[in-house]
Amino acid sequence: MTNRLQPIFAVAVGLALGLVVTALAGENPLHVLAVLARGAFGTRYGLGLTLAYATPLVFTGLSVAVAFRAGLFNVGAEGQLTMGALAAAAVGAVWPGWGAPGAWLAAGTAAVAAGMAWGAVPGVLRAWRGSHEVINTIMLNFIAAGLANYVTMYVLRNPASQNPETRPVGPGYMLAPWAWFAGAPVGWGLPLAIGVAVAVGWWLERSVTGLELRALGENEPAARAAGINAGRVRVLAFALAGGLAGLVAVPEVLGNTGRFRPAFSAQYGFLGIAVALLGRNRPGGILAAALLFGALQKGATDLDMETDHVTRELALVFQALIILAVAAEGAWEMVFRRRARPC
Amino acid sequence: MLSAGWQLAAATLRGAAPLVYGTLGGWCAERAGVVNLALEGLLLSGAFAAAVVAHTTHSAWLGALAGGLGGLALAAVYGLLVLRWRANQIVAGMGLNLLAAGLTPVLCKMLYDDTGRTPSLTLAERWQVAPLYGCWLLVAVAWFVARYTRWGLWHGFAGEQPAALDAAGVGVNRVRWVAVLTGGVVAGWGGAALSLGASSCFSRDLAAGRGYMALAALIFGRWRPVPAALACLLFGFCEAAQDRLQGVRFGSGEPVPVQFIQILPYVVTILVLAGWAGAARPPRALGTVFSREGNH
Amino acid sequence: MALPPPPAVELRALTKRFGGLLANAGVDLRVAAGTIHGVIGENGAGKSTAMKLLLGLLPADAGQIFIRGERWARPSPAGARALGLGMVHQHFLLADPYTALDNLLLAEGPGRPLLLRRDAARAELRALAQRHGLEMDWDAPVASLPVGVRQRLEILKLLAGRAEILVLDEPTAVLTPLETGRLFEQLRRLRDEGKTVILVTHKLREVMAVTDQISVFRAGRVTGERRTSETTPEELAQLMVGRPVALRWAAAPGLAGGEERLAVADLGLAAVGGAARPRLSGITFSVGAGEIVGVAGVEGNGQSELIQALLHPCDRRCRTGGTVRILGREVTRWSPRAIRDLGVGVVPEDRLREGLLPARPLWENFLLGRQREPAFQRGGLLRPAAVAAAAARAVADYDVRPPALGQAAGALSGGNQQKLILARELGRAPRLILAAQPTRGVDVGAIEDIHQRLVRARDAGAGVLLVSSELEEIRALADRTLVMFDGRIVAEYPRGGATERELGLKMGGA
Repeated sequence: MTNRLQPIFAVAVGLALGLVVTALAGENPLHVLAVLARGAFGTRYGLGLTLAYATPLVFTGLSVAVAFRAGLFNVGAEGQLTMGALAAAAVGAVWPGWGAPGAWLAAGTAAVAAGMAWGAVPGVLRAWRGSHEVINTIMLNFIAAGLANYVTMYVLRNPASQNPETRPVGPGYMLAPWAWFAGAPVGWGLPLAIGVAVAVGWWLERSVTGLELRALGENEPAARAAGINAGRVRVLAFALAGGLAGLVAVPEVLGNTGRFRPAFSAQYGFLGIAVALLGRNRPGGILAAALLFGALQKGATDLDMETDHVTRELALVFQALIILAVAAEGAWEMVFRRRARPC
Repeated sequence: MLSAGWQLAAATLRGAAPLVYGTLGGWCAERAGVVNLALEGLLLSGAFAAAVVAHTTHSAWLGALAGGLGGLALAAVYGLLVLRWRANQIVAGMGLNLLAAGLTPVLCKMLYDDTGRTPSLTLAERWQVAPLYGCWLLVAVAWFVARYTRWGLWHGFAGEQPAALDAAGVGVNRVRWVAVLTGGVVAGWGGAALSLGASSCFSRDLAAGRGYMALAALIFGRWRPVPAALACLLFGFCEAAQDRLQGVRFGSGEPVPVQFIQILPYVVTILVLAGWAGAARPPRALGTVFSREGNH
Repeated sequence: MALPPPPAVELRALTKRFGGLLANAGVDLRVAAGTIHGVIGENGAGKSTAMKLLLGLLPADAGQIFIRGERWARPSPAGARALGLGMVHQHFLLADPYTALDNLLLAEGPGRPLLLRRDAARAELRALAQRHGLEMDWDAPVASLPVGVRQRLEILKLLAGRAEILVLDEPTAVLTPLETGRLFEQLRRLRDEGKTVILVTHKLREVMAVTDQISVFRAGRVTGERRTSETTPEELAQLMVGRPVALRWAAAPGLAGGEERLAVADLGLAAVGGAARPRLSGITFSVGAGEIVGVAGVEGNGQSELIQALLHPCDRRCRTGGTVRILGREVTRWSPRAIRDLGVGVVPEDRLREGLLPARPLWENFLLGRQREPAFQRGGLLRPAAVAAAAARAVADYDVRPPALGQAAGALSGGNQQKLILARELGRAPRLILAAQPTRGVDVGAIEDIHQRLVRARDAGAGVLLVSSELEEIRALADRTLVMFDGRIVAEYPRGGATERELGLKMGGA
């Protein structure tokens, strides 16, 4: 019971602490809250941007969650999505003439494959060399950023732009946004995210491989004694995690910018950890958590204009405080124990 | 040619200094068994506090002091989360990095109505030379304390065999608190070295991944202060070389891909962790919560 | 008339609860000064918890502790040291990379000079060690010391801290019979010097051999106090279990000369981490159909590595040389799954760690390792109804209680967890069974049932390799006995071919 309610309380505490910060800054917290809510849900366009921020977070949240169910900590979704987006943009830039749906398929496949390959690296290192994945994935994030920078600057540079970015993908690759959202980049990426979430959840519970993956995460020695090849399952889990993160390319590159820009990701990879944690590594929870974080992101962009003393970085503060509130297990035990033990 | 060499050496020392503070801050916590992924946040909070105080008091030394206190404050939150409330150390560390990344620009806006930077400091307000040797002094202190003092022994056992420390009547969490807070102060000075030394103000994302690079150096140095500091020197050299090669072209006209120098520290760290550059063993109890009820 | 001296330790109605589990339900215990006092009981009877309360390592929920007749109101580890209480834990509290000397300097605790004076300390400790007849290489890192020497270091740690009351928790689990004898000599000497020793163990023979007085724990209480000279192992066993038990039981001999089920030739596993000796070397033996081959040995002499090498022969961390043949097939390069699919059942050494997913429901635990059997999956997708039906049958068959399929496996008692594992592994009608410590930590009542299941599987034609550190178990079940020492097989005996003394000597490498 406490377990199920804890994320909701944690969100409330995180938001409350964030509002305290705004009050200290000299803003009326209720006004800030109103700006956030109106910005995130008040208009079709605003709602669209909320969903556009939330969609990549669903993918990265799933990426972290799949690894986590296998007992692995994927701090590398940021690098994996970088490689995925770069691959999709590269396919679209190198063969701009292709038309839908083959172009979609090619770019999507490239994104997933690149994410999987990059994700498999820490899996292989863990399986073969036993080196811990947290540091490796952090390092791989920086390496991915460096490599992507190089490709953007020297290989696929868009000569028509002052900013570092790759040449745009051909028109056949683009997923048109839905008109209802009044110009916000929401299209088929959103149903794809929801569908993938449902499929991943179902696969984990009902498939033989999913069972093996969960068994490994639950108890490695037992999984090994049961004949499960721990190394292979780890590589598989990490490759899957990387592929899921790579899918961020679909809403971001094919559904929005049509090219790769080195700093396009608004910390999606790191926020994916928070989304998975808040969503308890379950698809439904991840969808809800991603929506919340997307709303904070979008709502906060309006703070620059509609308030005097706070900026859009407040979104990071809110998100961080929610993560910390979810993580502080001992604090919640103290709160709940008092109620659970009347005697 | 000679002067170019000296310049490169000086740039190496300048680039290494914040990393040395960072890696020592990480060492303080990790040797006691507490993972420290919050280094990036500690650097940022230290840099911010130092810049604000130096600008307000016009004193570089008060600024440096405040840098330590800024790190201390964030480290206290970290200690509360992971030692008191047993939060997952990886999640809490990443969360604090995010918090520092978000809170510092918001505070800039509050204090100076500027999104993302503090006012520029005058030369007198900057802390340029002292951190360059100060950090090496600290390395020596760390080495001596770890090897020859009782605190050093307790510190090591907190990360290696906390139950023995507990049985000896020394509170494990007390030792870890001291370690985390000390690490916060030291890493905070690293931040001060950035905002008062390397730069002349605090700006958004000033640390630019140096917290993670400091962590990489700690692993490269196999969790020992002197080798870790030397790793920082190597990374500092990479940074200095990269700055000098920016825009330089090979004879054929191809630009030198500095990105590859940039990623070198990270590649090296992965190789070290994989045991391809000698075995690295972290403190045995790293990342674990100490509880006497562990097995009853 | 002088009053009798107060007991060194007295516990009154100590109570400790862990969540829903009542570990100590009013423990009353008196230990006379200058004696060796045995504390025995089955796993989970509450002995270790009571000792942790006594040492101030855990706070009691209720009850009182008296040390030398004085009420100890606020127990803490620091207070325990001040009162002269010390404990040698089952898992030694030593840090491997540090020297023996540094480990002892740590044990001095707070309130000492900040700078370490290693030379002075080394001289003092040498003198102390000599006084008690305990040898020690003070400048060697603990990692390089043999187990028996580490234990000695733990005892020295207590003596250096001026401990008068010493608690030893299962000290013989890692010792050879010879080392055990030496330890007991040492304990007697400490007693004669006036110290009080509390020996916590589950081995009846040991309490009979060395103690003056015995307290028996059952279900969180002390259920009996006996003078050692006035009791028998049978009586103690009855107090431990709560009903009469047959201590000696021997299976009927199996068929000899059945076809080969397992053949191992020159199996080896190289040393790691600077150790001088390989962890396994020159292991050669075979197991036939219809026989139980026992592997006797003190824990840590390569038995666990042997089982791992048989299960994961293709993994370089488990095997670095030699060949494994199962059912006539050379499987040295096979995957663990393929080996299991040949018809190999595994009862792992550490149930909770290697055998079960404690947080998952019974039915999923029943499926673990069998998830690829055609009955339970189709095209890579599980068939929940078929799994549930088979799990329900097996749970009823093996009398796992309670038989709630949706319940977490971790909530079962040790004996029922083991029955669940047997239901899973024997339910596949394996032709080779690898059983490691199958009755460790299992309540005495369930031991016999587990033994009979193994014998029945043997009689049905399976070959059984039984690894156990309990000599009684080996002698009761094994048709042939191999003795392991230091990663090698040092002796082989037919059923009844060796006395316990002979086995004990071989286990010690004699």
